[in-house]
Amino acid sequence: MIPDVNSLYGPLDPAPDAGWSAAGPRMGFFTDTSVCIGCKACEVACKEWNAVPDSGFDLLGMSYDNTGALTANSWRHVAFIEQPLPAGHRTPPFAGNPTGGSVSAASAAVAAGTGNPTGTQPGVPPGAPSAAARMTGGVPADVLGAPTRAVTANGAGSMPADGAPAGSAAGNGAATTNGAQFLGMPGAQPPGRGSGAESRTDFRWLMMSDVCKHCTHAACLDVCPTGSLFRTEFGTVVVQEDICNGCGYCISACPYGVIDQRKDDGRAWKCTLCYDRLGAGMTPACAQACPTESIQYGPLDELRERAAQRVAALHERGVPEARLYGHDPTDGVGGDGAFFLLLDQPEVYGLPPDPVVTTRDLPRMYKRAGLAALAMAAAAVAAFVGGSS
Amino acid sequence: MAEAHPVGFQWVMEAKRRGAKVFHVDPRFTRTSAVADTYLPIRAGTDIALLGGVVRYILDNELDFREYVLAYTNAATIVSERFEDTEDGDGFFSGFDPETGSYVQDSWQYEGHESDSGSGHTAKERDSAAGLRHESHGAQVSGKTQRDETLQHPRCVYQILKRHFARYTPEMVERVCGIPREKFLELAQAWTENSGRERTGCLIYSVGWTQHSVGVQYIRTGAIIQLLLGNMGRPGGGVLALRGHASIQGSTDIPTLFNLLPGYLPMPHHADHRTFDEWVDSIRHPGQKGFWGNSRAYAASLLKAYWGEKATPENDFCYGYMPRMTGDHGTYQQVLNMIDGKIKGYFLLGQNPAVGSAHGRAQRLGMANLDWLVVRDLFMIESATFWKNGPEVATGEIVPEQCRTEVFFLPAASHVEKEGTFTQTQRLLQWREKALDPPNDARSELWFFYHLGLRLREKLADSDHPRDRALLDLAWDYPTHGQHAEPSAEAVLREINGYDVTTGRPLASFAEAKDDGSTAVGCWIYTGVYADGVNQAARRKSRHEQDWVAAEWGWAWPANRRTLYNRASADPQGRPWSERKRYVWWDSEAGEWTGHDVPDFEKTKPPSYRPPQGASGPEALAGDDAFVMQGDGKGWLYAPSGVLDGPLPTHYEPAESPMRNPLYGQQSNPMRKVYDHPVNSVNPSPPQEHSQVFPYVFTVSRLTEHHTAGGMSRMVRPLAELQPEMFVEVSPELAAEAGVAHLGWAHLISGRAVIEAKVLVTDRLTPLRVDGRVIHQLWLPYHFGFEGMVTGDSANDLFGITLDPNVLIQESKIGTCDVRPGRRPTGPALLDLVEEYRRRAGIVPGRRPPMVTTEVRHPAGPSDDGPRENPE
Repeated sequence: MIPDVNSLYGPLDPAPDAGWSAAGPRMGFFTDTSVCIGCKACEVACKEWNAVPDSGFDLLGMSYDNTGALTANSWRHVAFIEQPLPAGHRTPPFAGNPTGGSVSAASAAVAAGTGNPTGTQPGVPPGAPSAAARMTGGVPADVLGAPTRAVTANGAGSMPADGAPAGSAAGNGAATTNGAQFLGMPGAQPPGRGSGAESRTDFRWLMMSDVCKHCTHAACLDVCPTGSLFRTEFGTVVVQEDICNGCGYCISACPYGVIDQRKDDGRAWKCTLCYDRLGAGMTPACAQACPTESIQYGPLDELRERAAQRVAALHERGVPEARLYGHDPTDGVGGDGAFFLLLDQPEVYGLPPDPVVTTRDLPRMYKRAGLAALAMAAAAVAAFVGGSS
Repeated sequence: MAEAHPVGFQWVMEAKRRGAKVFHVDPRFTRTSAVADTYLPIRAGTDIALLGGVVRYILDNELDFREYVLAYTNAATIVSERFEDTEDGDGFFSGFDPETGSYVQDSWQYEGHESDSGSGHTAKERDSAAGLRHESHGAQVSGKTQRDETLQHPRCVYQILKRHFARYTPEMVERVCGIPREKFLELAQAWTENSGRERTGCLIYSVGWTQHSVGVQYIRTGAIIQLLLGNMGRPGGGVLALRGHASIQGSTDIPTLFNLLPGYLPMPHHADHRTFDEWVDSIRHPGQKGFWGNSRAYAASLLKAYWGEKATPENDFCYGYMPRMTGDHGTYQQVLNMIDGKIKGYFLLGQNPAVGSAHGRAQRLGMANLDWLVVRDLFMIESATFWKNGPEVATGEIVPEQCRTEVFFLPAASHVEKEGTFTQTQRLLQWREKALDPPNDARSELWFFYHLGLRLREKLADSDHPRDRALLDLAWDYPTHGQHAEPSAEAVLREINGYDVTTGRPLASFAEAKDDGSTAVGCWIYTGVYADGVNQAARRKSRHEQDWVAAEWGWAWPANRRTLYNRASADPQGRPWSERKRYVWWDSEAGEWTGHDVPDFEKTKPPSYRPPQGASGPEALAGDDAFVMQGDGKGWLYAPSGVLDGPLPTHYEPAESPMRNPLYGQQSNPMRKVYDHPVNSVNPSPPQEHSQVFPYVFTVSRLTEHHTAGGMSRMVRPLAELQPEMFVEVSPELAAEAGVAHLGWAHLISGRAVIEAKVLVTDRLTPLRVDGRVIHQLWLPYHFGFEGMVTGDSANDLFGITLDPNVLIQESKIGTCDVRPGRRPTGPALLDLVEEYRRRAGIVPGRRPPMVTTEVRHPAGPSDDGPRENPE
């Protein structure tokens, strides 16, 4: 159900809504993580083209992810998730090898503590070990006391319809993962020790190039007091660095935690979807550099169609866990201009499961505030009038 | 491939999209494994056992493409009765001479030809990496062979092959490689099912596959499989090497190697090639079948290109000016010679041996003992600063104030700052334009060498020393342009193509090369790249405007032929094997070969042609001799000569291994090249004692984010930050055993060095069960060094120097080591730690491990009466 339709919520073509009278089709990204090979060409191409400074030289230990997150200095971020889960391999990768238990959860938990100052605000947020462990298919026993993830025999991660954490699905008779028990004490002993006698056989390595979502309803833009953030004729959202005054309202407004501030200059920075390239009829740098067409750029309608076909093809090929994220115009942000095909739940990739534009309730709030103000005024008047009687 | 060649990997992803199954065999689970359908973890260094298992699977189940194998390979050819296989020799073929550590190859020859080719001791071939010569043509062999078309003769190649690989069963593959047999069978089945009349399979390897003491034999095993399955000379087939840099193929075609001249002409040897005629005859092998008969023209035209007007038939085209080899001048021998003070000066171009070559300490100590060193690179790399910043400064082995080497650092232009060609794995030359001017003093290699030549000639202009004539008589007159007098790269390409010296007309094909001094050709196999005076490598016709072979994109050697030996894409009668795989065929009406590609066959020689008695050269090739550069016109399942360490690939353990060879008493390749030098050492392997001092196997390779020794990535901000620190990947099981923790420090010790690295504990690595025991492998990137934005210890420091005998490539993918938690010691304590390990392992530097570990049952003896050089 769509709440009261206004330009802050619900399906919408954002460019005409923003006043572009001759806007072309809305342009965007479709990132198909099922063909991502984690080469990070997107990150490099983005930095080269947009002259984005480095985001620190820190080994984060988060698999091959040393970028950590989308920040003011990283507008593309390739996440790597190692999980002891099936990945449609005909034979599990480590079947027949003398393996012990999985270490994915434990090492992810250790890595979660490695957030270093990136010179940006809030930058790479300090990780929560239990959340990091959960993302790798591990079992944060300290949180739930029960496995959070159930794995069905055909290899699909459990996917509760309500998008809630999968803990509720445990114990439904499906085989549980052979992942390590994460006991909430990262680094207390060498990983692998005391991780149980179970042997890991399944393994998969998820890779996903994250980017600004260019929401249909972009809260960052809604709250920007200077007009620095604006909606382009392509339907994308861009910060004009010469206008931004560094107030930072946009940072807390973003439901994805994308937009971020450089500490040294105070201004907000994020992906522009290569606005300058689009204007010249070129493809954004990241999509241009992507060797496997994991990042696809084009008219959003076409991309959505293509994405739906790809999901259907993957389902047919025995990859039931394939799903789209951010494609739905009726979701909490009116659909993303940059949407994704994922192979697990969004939380695993560090994405919010059910983002809602933070300005959704502004009209109602203003209405109420207005009412309240009126009531106050009325009361004040009444008090005067009443007082004089 | 996704890890090191992500751009090429897009085609694997495209194939996968269309339903292809992707198999990935690797010691660690990489970005390729992540998208593969089946991943097979393997014990490093056991690929011949795995591929040999596939050969056995093919032969045992009769899955070979029999018509193809009979017609185009030497399967039916009968081998000398004196040949003995490794199965009968406990790991030795017949003819091994323990004294020289090399094979006498007489007994490997075809029946009746025991003494007429390629025989004699092969120690000299090993020293000159003679195997490299065969990149464009097969080794010398007689064209007249005895065959048994029924393949029943016990000494026909087919039966020999069958016996040789009989023990490479799925059970043996599991025992040697640690690959469970079910997984092996999955691989073998998929590979064979995808080959035959209607389908072809392509074998793509990256050059890490070659970096073994049996590197050439790895590729040989792959080639045997491809021949058995009919995957050579056909569209979608072949064996392709993915190179580690742009134009590595180009740098062997027009070589940067000590033993080759352009077009795979051998560098003259001082003793064997005293005269021009001796040199030419050693190339063309008078009386042999095939296209090397014209090599006198290629050789004369090359010298004509070098010395121009001064080169005449009367003075043997200035052959006397040519430098001569005296033995092994390979890069590792040179480093040892530097340490010994035998080499005074050194040019380093686009290479960073202080990080990128095996035994980094030897590399740095060698370079620290020169008079002068010229480094041309984009950045101030480790090989330019080792004398002040290298690890040997910390240990006191190099004292900057006393280091005698004078280092000249000259900034180089990058590939986008100069024009020229790249030659890729398909032998395709692609011209690239200059995108921008190089900054400041940076100059192209072409500029550097041209102007260096001019200045040297200027300085020597008044010299009357005979030794300076070679330089002064060079034809050294390329047109230049611009403020820095940049030589014209197109003029160089034109000379490489070759031209008629009187008219200046560029040659259209190497058939036009003459041996009378009327043509000059810089590289005969490239003739045609400048045909009609047009830079054919610069062609950029869209694939949408031409057929799928895209013959008008760039230019491929030889003769713009995209697939070599494509006569094999048609059956012996000249008809396509199948409609689906139609490529080149015989048009009987027109009386010529035709098809999508340039036919790799004489245009009008019909399939039914049989050579007359006594024919030689191209005339001796029959109408179904598809492998026209082979002496017998056949693809070689069995190599009677040309491969120094055996006519068939055999599993040997790496030079450093924690395992006894499960297949043979002979532990490692008995012909591997070793150097007895105090700086070098090899960790003990069974049957030696103390191998348990270095219990773990380490392997090194690339990360997507960095480029080789890091000179082009650790210095570049957006790349450096992506992999900012040296690390070692270990399995959780090894982490528990060694007591190392995720993101903690560990140090690794070999008999050469200690290095430290951050630890990544990951499920992507796994222990393997091999021959009843558990083997732990760990993985290191080899990109790090002490210069740049991100630094770390160099993985290659751990390696010693052991080389493949055929091409002298180093075994730098496998070594043994120990792992300890925490950081390494610094200063002299570091040397003490290495010394302690050496003592415990019984290593005496400079003393080689035993080369022969079993009884040699069929040694070279008096009956081997072929031509032989004196072993003294």
